[in-house]
Amino acid sequence: MEKLKSALSNCYLSLIVLFMYAPIATLVVLSFNSGRSRAQWSGFTTDWYVAMWADETIMAALRNTVIIAFLSAFVATVLGTLAAIAINNMKPVSKNIIMSITNVPMLNADIVTGISLMLCFIAFRISLGFHTILMAHITFNLPYVILSVMPKVRQASKETYEAALDLGATPFQAFLTVVLPELMPGVTSGFMLAFTMSLDDFIITHFTRGAGIDTISTLVYSQVRKGISPTMYALSTVIFLTVFIVLMIGNYAPEWAKKRKRTV
Amino acid sequence: MSRNLLELQNITKSYDGQLILDDLTLDIHENSFVTFLGPSGCGKTTTLRIIGGFEKPDKGRVLFDGKDITNLPANKRQLNTVFQKYALFPHMSIEDNIAFGLRIKNKTDAYIKDKIKYALKLVNLDGFEKRSIDSLSGGQQQRIAIARAIVNEPRLLLLDEPLGALDLKLRQEMQYELIRLKNELGITFIYVTHDQEEALTMSDYVVVMNQGYIQQAGSPEQIYNEPENAFVADFIGDSNIVPGIMVEDYHVRIFGADFKCVDAGFGNNKPVDVVIRPEDLEIIDDDDPRAILHGEMTHIIFKGEIYEMECTTPDGFEWLIHSTELHEPGKKVGLYVKPSNIQVMNKPESEDEEALGVEE
Ligand SMILES: Nc1ncnc2c1ncn2[C@@H]1O[C@H](COP(=O)(O)OP(=O)(O)OP(=O)(O)O)[C@@H](O)[C@H]1O
Ligand SMILES: [Mg+2]
Repeated sequence: MEKLKSALSNCYLSLIVLFMYAPIATLVVLSFNSGRSRAQWSGFTTDWYVAMWADETIMAALRNTVIIAFLSAFVATVLGTLAAIAINNMKPVSKNIIMSITNVPMLNADIVTGISLMLCFIAFRISLGFHTILMAHITFNLPYVILSVMPKVRQASKETYEAALDLGATPFQAFLTVVLPELMPGVTSGFMLAFTMSLDDFIITHFTRGAGIDTISTLVYSQVRKGISPTMYALSTVIFLTVFIVLMIGNYAPEWAKKRKRTV
Repeated sequence: MSRNLLELQNITKSYDGQLILDDLTLDIHENSFVTFLGPSGCGKTTTLRIIGGFEKPDKGRVLFDGKDITNLPANKRQLNTVFQKYALFPHMSIEDNIAFGLRIKNKTDAYIKDKIKYALKLVNLDGFEKRSIDSLSGGQQQRIAIARAIVNEPRLLLLDEPLGALDLKLRQEMQYELIRLKNELGITFIYVTHDQEEALTMSDYVVVMNQGYIQQAGSPEQIYNEPENAFVADFIGDSNIVPGIMVEDYHVRIFGADFKCVDAGFGNNKPVDVVIRPEDLEIIDDDDPRAILHGEMTHIIFKGEIYEMECTTPDGFEWLIHSTELHEPGKKVGLYVKPSNIQVMNKPESEDEEALGVEE
């Protein structure tokens, strides 16, 4: 009986994983297919990857994507961490209000956020381009950073900060040497989260990008309309792997660090 | 008399409208060992936080070496604190914790290494340099907190119940080490505890606090032998505190019995409180002419060096008596007290003063 139960539950789990990853597996397989057909396997090739490297528009889009993801995640992490500290020092009432205000954009539909950002840029006569995408990404990344840093800020003890002051550190030194290390797990996971959110955003980028600049997601979108080329499969595979690896690092890095510390 | 290193002048502090420190004034001499003694919540930590610069008083001034430091930030003050909750840096090794203050002051590596070694030896934790903080027991953490503060050789060291987590033996060892340290380095200590025995054995000067007031400040002998009010008498060790009438100078009446005493100046027929320490009550024969009170032994506990006994007098009061001689319960005895062992105190007069008293 017990055996049957565990067999069933394993079966169920495998099915779920299969359904979730089957489409991605298809994509990965097709990216190595030498023919253009989506239905027929005509031999293994890495040509599409080579073609992808050679394609200037794809490479430009890739560069934009990574740079925007990195910059927006970085800026959002700095601003978000400081914001979390400030919010935590507020009185309970204002703390609650501010936290709900920062949480709303996360629940908001991307399309609403995208359109409103676009309208806002136009209203302030900011021409759309790289910088508007960057600003938009910083904006939607902020709440994620605040949310992941907040628990650490709450846990961080005021006492260690005061102890650092007591030993002669300036408030800034005390922050760098004592407070920040305590927040670090939250800060890195906030950064990772922001980085991946930015990496795979399409809708908000679409509305705030203006003509003449593409990120990977907007490029794929415009190519799909023209009829999709297998280089896009190769590209999507690369993106999937990147996001997958970043997420893995984000999830397991704190534990690795802990283990290493223990063995030292 | 040496000069004042620290002066607290009329320090008042309240949290959320609740008065925590009320007009506290105190001078602390250079090179002295001062203890703040008082029950939990009486404002000891708050006072230390004001001295350390982590809290601003609502009113009053803090002078260090004659200079007003009330508004000086904590990191600019020439003092260090051993925090009640240790406040060690969890992501640093023990070595780095201890070196923290020295690195801020840009001391050389050789100097720092020397100091770490010296400090660890002092707190009985040699060889712990590389260990992580969370691998330490509470008592060990407490000793690291002491080591981290003293390596900086501050002029004033604030210690907030620094031996609270230690067992009796280690506690006594550390008490001894701290006193030695104080004499060796010439550091002035302000020491917080709610353990009266610790306060009396370690300090030059004891400040007894309750509910934000200083109840009495003085040498351990003064505090023990001449408590100024019932709170102090009760807080410092066991004692018999009884109401009495000061009939005239050198003559006090307790439960209708007349005692000779050495106190004067209270006026005639004034109600007073009288303290008699349990070791000062002498048990004598019931028919001994010296007997002032007569009663019956009612209770006895063996306490190691002494017997703790109770003797009930006809008025119903149970006198606590410490003696090396055993007197069985049921025995009728007489009680005698030397005049110099009777301590007469003013009864609290105003309601405000009453609030400071002991709640029975
Ligand atoms: N930041 C604060 N906000 C509000 N009330 C506080 C704050 N800090 C201390 N108090 C209150 O002030 C009073 C005195 O606290 P304090 O920590 O000075 O006591 P203590 O004498 O050190 O007691 P203990 O022996 O338990 O450490 C307590 O009633 C406490 O609740
Ligand atoms: Mg305290």
